[in-house]
Amino acid sequence: MHNLTIPIPDEAIRGLKVGDPVSLSGVMITGRDTAHKWMVETFVKEARPPEGDDREVYEALKDLLAGGAIYHCGPVVAGLDTKEYRFVAAGPTTSTREEPYQGDVMHHFNVKAVIGKGGMGPKTLAACQEVPGVYLHAIGGAASLIAQSVQRVLAVHKLAFGVPEAMWVIEVKDFPAVVTMDAHGASLHAEVEARSKTNLERLLAAEVR
Amino acid sequence: MRDLTSSFLELIRLAATDLPAEVEHSLQTAQAREAPGSAAAGALETILENVPLARQNSTPVCQDTGTPIFYVKFPEGWSTRKLRDQIRQATAQATALSYLRPNAVDSVSGKNSGNNLGDDYFPTIHFEETEEQTLTADLMLKGGGCENVGAQVSLPNAQLGAGRDLGGVRKVVLDAVHKAQGKGCAPGILGVAIGGDRGSSYYASKEALFRPLQDTNPDPKLAALEEQLTDEANQLAIGPMGFGGETTVLGVKVKSMHRLPASFFVSVSYMCWAYRHRSMVVDGADVTYI
Ligand code: SF4
Repeated sequence: MHNLTIPIPDEAIRGLKVGDPVSLSGVMITGRDTAHKWMVETFVKEARPPEGDDREVYEALKDLLAGGAIYHCGPVVAGLDTKEYRFVAAGPTTSTREEPYQGDVMHHFNVKAVIGKGGMGPKTLAACQEVPGVYLHAIGGAASLIAQSVQRVLAVHKLAFGVPEAMWVIEVKDFPAVVTMDAHGASLHAEVEARSKTNLERLLAAEVR
Repeated sequence: MRDLTSSFLELIRLAATDLPAEVEHSLQTAQAREAPGSAAAGALETILENVPLARQNSTPVCQDTGTPIFYVKFPEGWSTRKLRDQIRQATAQATALSYLRPNAVDSVSGKNSGNNLGDDYFPTIHFEETEEQTLTADLMLKGGGCENVGAQVSLPNAQLGAGRDLGGVRKVVLDAVHKAQGKGCAPGILGVAIGGDRGSSYYASKEALFRPLQDTNPDPKLAALEEQLTDEANQLAIGPMGFGGETTVLGVKVKSMHRLPASFFVSVSYMCWAYRHRSMVVDGADVTYI
């Protein structure tokens, strides 16, 4: 088990290999589809001018994401009426939807760890080598368990995106995950995909018994 | 007519927080098959820690509480309009109580309604009048990750070399499982429909999922196909979460329907390991949950 504390230093990132279980502690943010699209269009590509509180949120994110971690998660949150937020269920969502954005976001903000489920593609794998960073696979559906590792909700940005899509700033302790894409170019997802493809071809070549 | 709002609320709470025992058992069996210390075994271990925790704390098994899909079978005399209202009220209450995540997003504006009430299609409610004396409501929570990896193919399909027969169906299903990799939160349960039109076919593929996990299809040909598909899908070795491993699916349920001479659809609904479904039976004043 590798214990990682956010912000994560480069040496710690380079020391991780595909298959390693990790336990994360520190402050991270959640971000999924709307957040990634917003970050890339407004600040990475500057395809549209910042509006409303965009700038303020961006400044806050810059600090949080430098050396930090972004978690693909749309949580169930209690205390919405009192603003005393508490994470009730907080498993990962499918990461591949962020593939068009993730590499750019990692470079722009110096993100060290992307956490989600299902793995990501070549662009993110390249960014993992360059930044350097890792992709950490959390266990899909283990939402109540993961919510217990969330000690506190420190802030929320862009709640107007909706509860699942908002960027929640959370302090976690012993958040469990597995390295499935490392900074040395290895991807467990690519391996499993290739092996299962061979198995599929073998099965498809045989007819029904 | 009796007000069932509070009973529907309890049905939703159970579905979201209390995974059916048969699914949990099946996951335990799967865990015993994985190599100790492997990523696959670790994933199942975490899953099996999460299940009782959610049950005990009455918190969602998974944060994606999905599309609530209700199938209500009722005897003569009930008003579907009132039942629909009660289900919608219960859904909003369950969201306020954090049993459900607000999941209804307007496709044009992108706005989340905040209470899981969308248009007529959200939540999804199917009604059917029956000759039974009791009212039965089945609820399934169908998450987005697994719904996204479902597939529908019109046979024949040259790319897969799949013809219009059960051999062709087999190829479609195995290809769908391969394409899904771990993204539907494997190990999954597959609902497969053969025939129908595009709409009825997908509908039936979800209905098929309501069968008990360990039952046998009454049609011997389909029973054999289900067994073969389970075995072969596992030979793909995608494994829990797509980490590689012995168990890729927990089961396959196939339903056959009549079709047009010109059409031969195969529809696959992929249900993640977090197969949250519950039923309630209303018999006079008694309400039981299964
Ligand atoms: S696929 Fe199922 S277990 Fe996985 S995140 Fe979606 S609802 Fe949860």
